[in-house]
Amino acid sequence: MITLPDLVETVVKIAFILGLTIGFYAPIIGWIERKQSAVMQDRIGGNRAAILGFTVIGLFHSLADAIKLIFKEDFVPRGAETALHRLAPVISVVPALIAFAVIPFGGTYNLWGHETRLVIADLDVGVLYVFAIASLATYGVVIAGWASNNNWSLLGALRAAAQMFSYEVAMGLTIIGLVMFYQSLSLVEIVDKQENFYHWGIIWHFPAFILFLTCAIAENKRIPFDTPEAESELVAGYFTEYSGMKFIMFWTAEFLEIVTISALCVTLFFGGHQIPFVTVSGLIDFLGFLGPNGANAAAMLIGVAVFIIKLTLLIMLQMSIRWTLPRFRYDQVMKLGWKMILPASLIWIFLVGAGILTGVMPAV
Amino acid sequence: MGAVAVGIAGAMLMLSEFLGPKHFFREKMEPFECGENQIVSPKQRYSVRFYLIAMFFIIFDIEAVFLFPWAVIFQQLGMFGFIEMMIFILLLGVGLIYVWKKGALEWE
Repeated sequence: MITLPDLVETVVKIAFILGLTIGFYAPIIGWIERKQSAVMQDRIGGNRAAILGFTVIGLFHSLADAIKLIFKEDFVPRGAETALHRLAPVISVVPALIAFAVIPFGGTYNLWGHETRLVIADLDVGVLYVFAIASLATYGVVIAGWASNNNWSLLGALRAAAQMFSYEVAMGLTIIGLVMFYQSLSLVEIVDKQENFYHWGIIWHFPAFILFLTCAIAENKRIPFDTPEAESELVAGYFTEYSGMKFIMFWTAEFLEIVTISALCVTLFFGGHQIPFVTVSGLIDFLGFLGPNGANAAAMLIGVAVFIIKLTLLIMLQMSIRWTLPRFRYDQVMKLGWKMILPASLIWIFLVGAGILTGVMPAV
Repeated sequence: MGAVAVGIAGAMLMLSEFLGPKHFFREKMEPFECGENQIVSPKQRYSVRFYLIAMFFIIFDIEAVFLFPWAVIFQQLGMFGFIEMMIFILLLGVGLIYVWKKGALEWE
């Protein structure tokens, strides 16, 4: 039975997550991408867009881009499958938005007698849910490429499909070791088990983290794995024929996928909202001078802030990789996926199993 | 959450449909091909390697599907479950080596 407070709680959480991802991270990533590249290449970067003379170190450029592209002509090329051409950006952006639903962004807090767990849906199969939803994005890409009636688009879509398939397999297998370690597929449970700093994923599963991050970048089609949209070979890959808002939708989807995959990474390897050596209940006790509700609210804010800081750092790490490495050739991308990461992740499963059975790894 | 997401996506699509100029003429509606008219249609046969990759994906993803439930109860199964699953992974490893040696993972 759904009561009114539960309903309000869920609505607030959904609003918060959508605000965080689409309202905060999507423009911020656009800004980080510009500004971080500028810093890394010793340039100034975008700093002209201003509201009433305030430029706020170029933050308004994302807003200016969005407004500009909204008012651009919406264009469907001759011979394209009109309905599918319109549907493709929607199929790309919706999975990117809903994949965040199972990722916990805070602990359990008791506010005015109402117990709140900061996750929209605590599914028992949270890990599988994220993988399933993330793989739906492949449909958007393939449909976009097919419906455009354009050679570049189709080539980009084929490359994207093969690449995303390959890395999805490897990505699933890199997580198996963690699941063996935590004995759960629920992201909430995995985060709770990382309350002890010595049980964080990054400490016992560092090789898996490297493999997972590589797969994640490839799955999101980011540089150095951006062969599906390589602008010097394929113009813009599968979204060559998209303009205006539909073009933004593909970019939003890509940025949101970065956010989601980084959030999954934070949850699995970096303890989500947990602060090293500090438990949630310990934090609430420490803040006890604010009164029971105040302490819970303050602990909640700190937890969410820690989660966001970890998430942002991980996104900036991916951006650094993006501006450091050159693009792989397509055969190198596939070779890396099938001949290196896949066997390496199978070997890692064996090592984790042996480690747990011999007692080298602690039983969590 | 899904409904809200679809709503946002739909709103974004509608915005671009209604705002923005619309001027159509024949040359502009051509699919982009570096300024040329389209020489070959994209609706034709393409490399068989993409099908092969899709088939390998199914095989290895099913492997992953078997591994997930095993991984959850791994610590209860103990040594028996570990050896059983390593035999399974070994068989798939042999499959991967076979595919590899046959040259199905090569792109030239």
